[in-house]
Amino acid sequence: MNDKRKELIVSAISNGTVIDHIPSENVFKVIKILGLDKTGKQVYFGTNLDSKKYGKKGIIKISDTYFAIEEINKIALVAPSATLIEIRDYEVTRKTNVSIPARIEKIVKCFNPNCITNKEEVSTKFSVIYDENGLMKLSCHYCEKNTSKDNLIFI
Amino acid sequence: MKNRSLVSISDYSKEEIIKILDLAEDFEKQPRQELLKGKVIASLFFEPSTRTRLSFESAVQQLGGSIIGFSSTATTSVQKGETLKDTILTVSNYSDLIVMRHPVDGSARYASEVAPVPIINAGDGANQHPTQCLLDLYSIRKTQGTLDNLDITFIGDLKYGRTVHSLVIALCHFNTRFHLVSPVELKLPSAVKRHIKEANLRYEQYTDLADVIPTSDIIYMTRIQRERFPDPLDYEKVKNSYILQNDALEHAKQNMRILHPLPRVNEISVDVDNNPMAYYFQQALNGVYVRQAIVSSILGLK
Ligand SMILES: [Zn+2]
Repeated sequence: MNDKRKELIVSAISNGTVIDHIPSENVFKVIKILGLDKTGKQVYFGTNLDSKKYGKKGIIKISDTYFAIEEINKIALVAPSATLIEIRDYEVTRKTNVSIPARIEKIVKCFNPNCITNKEEVSTKFSVIYDENGLMKLSCHYCEKNTSKDNLIFI
Repeated sequence: MKNRSLVSISDYSKEEIIKILDLAEDFEKQPRQELLKGKVIASLFFEPSTRTRLSFESAVQQLGGSIIGFSSTATTSVQKGETLKDTILTVSNYSDLIVMRHPVDGSARYASEVAPVPIINAGDGANQHPTQCLLDLYSIRKTQGTLDNLDITFIGDLKYGRTVHSLVIALCHFNTRFHLVSPVELKLPSAVKRHIKEANLRYEQYTDLADVIPTSDIIYMTRIQRERFPDPLDYEKVKNSYILQNDALEHAKQNMRILHPLPRVNEISVDVDNNPMAYYFQQALNGVYVRQAIVSSILGLK
């Protein structure tokens, strides 16, 4: 597919942010985590697009919006290989990769049903840890239990 | 430690742990003083735990402090649906420090974030019980003369026993050799073993307790509960294998002492009680001195 036809699939934006290389199945989670379902700006998205690197990928474009790095890193849980491209006047002005932050607040539920965050109105807080097999886990600041990646539920 | 809440044993450094144990030693010599005169300590037991509550209340009253609070939520506004935050903020108005026991995991950490006064966690669900951990450490040091380089054996339910988890984590400061005896279904969780590995210490796992009695300085017994086994037959298979009998202690070291967080059911046979190696009843008494040390150091009086 040439570049021109590719552009037609998801419209180009003049100013704003493109989030590329999102796993297709997680595009809607990214939209939710970043609150794009509530923005007043134009949002375009695509899923199951062909990608040389990943087979299938998702992409989101948001007009006239730029993200602080802490904010964009929240999506690292569902799109660890995502690329963030900032566009100003149709030109790419910055390209960064997301990275998993040391702390995750509010966006994920604690897996432990007896945790205070699941009993009263308390925002969740986790630190990101890795087990002996290198797997990422979220350690709850309150109940001290670990939530593994397979058990992540987004608020 | 002044004005700082004690929620989890890892809130205290090694030096702070030792400071509490040293203070507790002073209180053991002189448990009745007017140190807390004029201080009001709130004792909020959102679930009943008579043993822990009496230990705290006795600790405070022997130092001349007064106690307000409740021993169950049956007659309180909690029953009417009051949030933990509201209860804690209200009680903070009337007290200098809050001791709380609560059935929900993480409730004490949350309370410590909303309360203007310090919180002592007297057990939050299955999570932490740091004052039990400190009294266990005190009992080990008192009976062995040191905390360093000991062979400490944990027997029973090492998977769900929160007192075991906290004590293992705290002992990682003291170059302990860990001996872990449990049915395969109830082995120490890998999240706790991680602490042992990170401290570059060693642990050995056993399924038979006879193997390990002669090398132990401390045996820490816990109860195996039937409801921990999805298959009742698995429980039947192991239920009698982790009971400590007096005969088994014949080859124990003379300095060895047996600890248990209590209440005991049948995991330590009654014939052990008269053996000088049985230390679990004195261990409970040590809780009073340790709690006096914790309360007075948080209030900045020691
Ligand atoms: Zn939690």
